[in-house]
Amino acid sequence: MRLSAYRIKANRHRITKILDIKTESPTVKTFTFKDKICAKAKPGQFLMLWIPSVDEIPLSILDTDEKGIVSVAVKKVGEATQALHNKKVGDFIGLRGPFGNSFTLREGKILMVGGGIGMAPLSFLAKKLAPKASKLTLVVGAKAREELLFMEKLKKFCKEENLLATTDDGSYGFKGLASELSESILTKEKYDAIYACGPEQMIRKVFETAEKAGISMEASLERLMRCAIGLCGSCVIGKYRVCRDGPVFDGNQLRKVKDELGISKRDFNGRRIPL
Amino acid sequence: MEQKKQKQKLKRKRRNKISHNTAYKTKLYLTKTTILKTPAVKILKENRLGINLAGLKLPNPTMLASGILGYTKETFKNIADGGAGAIVTKSVGLKPRSGYANPTVTQTSCGLINAMGLPNPGIEEFAKEISEAKRVLNVPLIVSVYGFAAEEYATVAKKAVTAGADAVELNVSCPHVKETGSEIGQKPEILKEVVKNVKSAVQKPVFVKLSPNVTSIAETAEAAVNAGADAITAINTVKAMAIDTETAKPILSNKMGGLSGPAIKPIALRCVYEIYEKVKVPIIGCGGITNWRDAAEFLLAGASAVQIGTAIATKGPNMFKAITRGIDAYLKRKGFRSVNEIVGLSHKS
Repeated sequence: MRLSAYRIKANRHRITKILDIKTESPTVKTFTFKDKICAKAKPGQFLMLWIPSVDEIPLSILDTDEKGIVSVAVKKVGEATQALHNKKVGDFIGLRGPFGNSFTLREGKILMVGGGIGMAPLSFLAKKLAPKASKLTLVVGAKAREELLFMEKLKKFCKEENLLATTDDGSYGFKGLASELSESILTKEKYDAIYACGPEQMIRKVFETAEKAGISMEASLERLMRCAIGLCGSCVIGKYRVCRDGPVFDGNQLRKVKDELGISKRDFNGRRIPL
Repeated sequence: MEQKKQKQKLKRKRRNKISHNTAYKTKLYLTKTTILKTPAVKILKENRLGINLAGLKLPNPTMLASGILGYTKETFKNIADGGAGAIVTKSVGLKPRSGYANPTVTQTSCGLINAMGLPNPGIEEFAKEISEAKRVLNVPLIVSVYGFAAEEYATVAKKAVTAGADAVELNVSCPHVKETGSEIGQKPEILKEVVKNVKSAVQKPVFVKLSPNVTSIAETAEAAVNAGADAITAINTVKAMAIDTETAKPILSNKMGGLSGPAIKPIALRCVYEIYEKVKVPIIGCGGITNWRDAAEFLLAGASAVQIGTAIATKGPNMFKAITRGIDAYLKRKGFRSVNEIVGLSHKS
């Protein structure tokens, strides 16, 4: 584990106003706000967003720009995200972060596999990798057509024929799981690197495929988070703390947590429960 | 020549891996002594850092403080590999507890305020983790225990010891959960009852972790020792809060929390100094330690060992090694043969 000092400066509590809200799908909204510290985030990093009097939740950073504008995509899954969806432009939210490590920026032929809201950090990564990659293939998975995220935006980062959609119900693109489509892609073609984010069962399948094909892979994982600075232990997987040693893990690390990857997580009281 | 270089490289690699681990030093000394044919007794003298804490043998006086990363055997192992001389688990109670909603942690200018709300899986579930951890750990494992009544403390402590805990640390000092923690530690009569109950339930050492949120921590310590405490840990976090000015709302979901980090170090140091003058049992200093000098201050104030928590956020789990190394160099420079020689030294001047 690294001994280097952690930039805990980023952990300072800030408050900011919501500048813009965009509806991406029936369950996902993108929130934009200004924060100079988070605007320096790298693809894969996350922030902690405080909804005053409600909760504080970890969110992957979707995009940043040099003017200090930051955006995050939020899927309505529970009380806190519902409360955030009810917010209006001009309302206050609290922030700390960015936290965690980031994706390694690789060159060559790149495959990205994103399931559902897991597409958010990959979209940020695609933006950074697009100018350098010799080929960029994006597999975007969702339950149904209306839940496919960021399709318009992603067209700018790769050739249209390399933007592949999969839906569970077959309402658009490939009918099936994103992991299934990526497996068939990898049997036909060799890639230099794979990036994945989404449901952990999907990540596990993509990881198994990558291992078989001998391609290096990085995946961003999600766990229950409290402190976000590697102290409380709520987000542990194997010997790693997702908030601090992750959220991005490489093939070597994923292999070490195979008993838990896609199988179990820790709940609020620290017990191991099935995913 | 090439081979020799490679061998040296390998040696260096190995040395870096366990650098400043006392085991390594003893081994190195052993090799030296065998060559020089000096008696093996000297090896013990060379080990300046090993301590005996109320019957527990620690390779060095640094410990992981309770509440930090204390859920799983993998994390315990990771901290022990980082150089900790002992591990204290997160506080565990009779039943599973989910803790509070986020925000549970907020940062101030020189510390953190947290109100986790004692999340834990309950002793039944945690017992498995304890016994599995014991198999992989080579340093003592101390289980932190809380309860809502004296009998509850005793039941949990007994189960923890049965599962393999080397000692228990009673959390009578958590500042943000009602009817336990500091609400027990602030009332000497109830505190005594808790300590007595636990002492009669377990055969292992019982540590009592005290709160600074009292009129006289030395008197509280005295009460705990009179009831049978084998060691005193001081201090837990200082009750604190933070308010967001834009929304005029307390930041922590529980409103109140406990302040830790460099901000409380001088308070903790004063507490240890006062306790040392009142009690005879070992004291474990805790509060805002971030480097070896902080740790040495605690030892000089009267602590036999130190616990570290918040600093792991900034320095990572390997900081235990760095602190041990620092203390060792200090002892060597000052001509002390053992870390025990500096415990409470500041009282003599």
